[in-house]
Amino acid sequence: MHRAVPPVISVTPSRALVDETFRVAVQNLPPGSPVTLHSLHRSEDEDLWEAFGHYVSDSRGTVSVADDFSFGGTYTGKEAMGLLWSMSPVPGSREGLRLRKKNVCIPQLVNISVYGGHVEEGFGERLPLASTLTERWHLGPGVRRIEISERGVRGTLFIPPGPGPFPGMLDMWGGGGGLLEYRSALLASHGYASLALEYFTAGELKSADKEFSYFETAFNIVREHPQVIPDRVGLFGLSLGSLMASYLAAESSVIEPRCCVCVSGGHLYPRGVFCYFCRHKLRVDEHNREIWRSINLPIPEDLSQKLDVGKINCPMLLVNGIDDQNWPTVECAEDMAHMMRAAGKEHLLTRIEYPDAGHLIEPPYSPHSRATKFIKDGVTVILLWGGQTKPHADAQEDSWRNILAFLQKHLYCTQNPKAKM
Amino acid sequence: KLRPFRRCCVKLSVHPSRGLMDEKFTVLVQNVLPGFQLTVYAFYKCEGGYSWEAFAHYTASATGAVNVSEDPSRGGTYSGVEPMGLMWSLRPVPGSKSGLRMRKMNVQTPMEVTISVYQGHLTEGFVDQVPLAAVVVERWYMAPGVRRIPITEGGLTATLFLPSGPGPFPGLLDLWGGGGKLVEYRAALLASHGIAAMALDYLTPQITKETGKMVDYEYFEAAYRVLEQHPQILGSRIAMLGLSFGTSVTLRMAVYSQVIKLRCAVCISGSHVQPIDVDLSSHVIWRDLLMPIPTDASLKVDVGRLRCPLLLVVGEDDQNWPSYESAMDMKEMMQRAGNEHLLTVLSYPNAGHLIEPPFTPSARASAFKTIIPVVVAVMVLWGGEPVAHSVAQEDSWRKTLVFLRVNLYGGSQPGAKMKNLL
Repeated sequence: MHRAVPPVISVTPSRALVDETFRVAVQNLPPGSPVTLHSLHRSEDEDLWEAFGHYVSDSRGTVSVADDFSFGGTYTGKEAMGLLWSMSPVPGSREGLRLRKKNVCIPQLVNISVYGGHVEEGFGERLPLASTLTERWHLGPGVRRIEISERGVRGTLFIPPGPGPFPGMLDMWGGGGGLLEYRSALLASHGYASLALEYFTAGELKSADKEFSYFETAFNIVREHPQVIPDRVGLFGLSLGSLMASYLAAESSVIEPRCCVCVSGGHLYPRGVFCYFCRHKLRVDEHNREIWRSINLPIPEDLSQKLDVGKINCPMLLVNGIDDQNWPTVECAEDMAHMMRAAGKEHLLTRIEYPDAGHLIEPPYSPHSRATKFIKDGVTVILLWGGQTKPHADAQEDSWRNILAFLQKHLYCTQNPKAKM
Repeated sequence: KLRPFRRCCVKLSVHPSRGLMDEKFTVLVQNVLPGFQLTVYAFYKCEGGYSWEAFAHYTASATGAVNVSEDPSRGGTYSGVEPMGLMWSLRPVPGSKSGLRMRKMNVQTPMEVTISVYQGHLTEGFVDQVPLAAVVVERWYMAPGVRRIPITEGGLTATLFLPSGPGPFPGLLDLWGGGGKLVEYRAALLASHGIAAMALDYLTPQITKETGKMVDYEYFEAAYRVLEQHPQILGSRIAMLGLSFGTSVTLRMAVYSQVIKLRCAVCISGSHVQPIDVDLSSHVIWRDLLMPIPTDASLKVDVGRLRCPLLLVVGEDDQNWPSYESAMDMKEMMQRAGNEHLLTVLSYPNAGHLIEPPFTPSARASAFKTIIPVVVAVMVLWGGEPVAHSVAQEDSWRKTLVFLRVNLYGGSQPGAKMKNLL
């Protein structure tokens, strides 16, 4: 039987860090033929995620995702990385899923395939014309992973390759709890000795009553590491972690962070008690997804209900999504700017706000989840995070670039650290 | 003398940090003072446990950066603008055993090279100094998704590498030279480029070890059949690639085998002259042993009878085989027979015998244990001047991939000459 020669699909580079771009190309197609480019990933939880775009090959029989237009699918237009950031769980999947890497020592494997015609569904039942595998890594070669369990502090420290010494980072996630290493692994791949900190058990938000000293000790573990430059340790937080970072920057008399990155955070921190569950202000949308953003609105005037951000003495980068449905981060940022201005510290603050981006602003090219499952006091609810897929993806890509530039400026260079970016 | 904060400022990156062996990378040094003198250093410990190094001297630009792909090296193991100089100019560290040759036998793990930056223009004593920065780069022979399948059926000692995806794929038989053994890296790399390639051990296979007998035509035909009958391989699109003695086998199979029908053939650093019995142990330079090229046709493979495109890759400084002279003789034979349109010759001045995939060091001479015609271990001169040889490897590999792509993946005219495309 004479069989046709199949097209050739390539992804360059085939192995990359998760924040690096790739070029997906197909060659050896008949000219002017409609095809579908498809991505498939099986998560560590065994869920399948996919994305696809509709293309037409050119006169030479090639398709280049980075250069050509997608005419339909989970993304449209010229989107080199659309096959990653527009991924969502395949039809029939469990509800409320979020894609997060647990084991950073092995890469995320993504299958990229090309199908004949403009396919909308049923990819699993068809045979692709060609397919290839690409590896997406959070951990660069030579980065060392060290489990930390000392002085009562639990976390994982990632050290870049080389003799050092390196600037350091204390990296704190949000209200989901547990220990997530992937952002610290990525930061270490960019030259920062980063400690991913576990400060409460996954799902046990009420147990997040760690003493302030826990965080100060964690910071010092980074600062005192022989390969860390002691006066160049920064803070990085998202959501609740962002609040912790701001709290440390404002209130600690023990540690002096060099700079602070706060993603989707705020400054509303009633001292001692976590006031998340003011039920009368808890709203739900038409799908019964919880919207928490109004719980703490309007921003209180009462200074005892918020951090005194006027006491902060290091450069701060605030990254927020305007469509954040979980926390009123933009309103908080506005109030923080007001308070810092009053204290003569406005020059330390840089704010970036993204229209139609939600709460979970993560490293670039990771899929956007508008609402996901969340364990609240042992009960599983669905939280609405907000954001629309394309603008949120753009926000992740743009903010990461800005974050790395901010860290480079304040932790790697010798310029005046107090200058505004 | 550097204060700690200066060291912290230097940013070193290699992109991509994980690449295929035949891909280029960019080494970038940033955040140093303009005019700063530095040495970029590469270090690799091979599977045999030997240490290899390469280094180059640079001066930072007005923006305080060095880009190895664009800036000239002022000295070291290479000079001038050489994006991949840190790889192909690797050499055993001072004090190493002589006659070493770098070959990766386990293709399932990457080559891990440490790239560092030192202050000043250093030429030695790297281990005694602390670099300003260091990163690790991985170099892979296997792309993600490529499958490695050991083949023992039919008495074969071989490894098949299947590209990622459902296929079907064109196939290729990959033959090395007189040293024998099962060498997989070139086949793994070809599979990473979409060709189902089988590395075949034909001098030291299990069957020869057990019976003491050398293999014959049937062995190669059995290997060809494995490819032809494989459900994920296109039986009508099978090529053969041979280096050195592998060229002799390839030409013989292409012309004389009744079973093997090649779509195209690639012959590197070999000859159509049948090797004769000589005393190899008393010579270092073997090229003259086959010279002059005989006029007696019975001593040469009758390439006038070839019916498929042939790519010949030769180094003009080959000290091991008279590959250039053989290529010229083959051309003449094919002109007389009227099939010269099938032939493409790539001839590289100052390149030696071992023309391999790019970006690994080549040895001008190395310790070699040959299996045929007798087992002998000597120091053999391969020839080749390092820069020219590295250029030959990069250029010939690229053109070999194009040749294979056009003939194995291309459409209507399998006999088309390659000149225009190369």
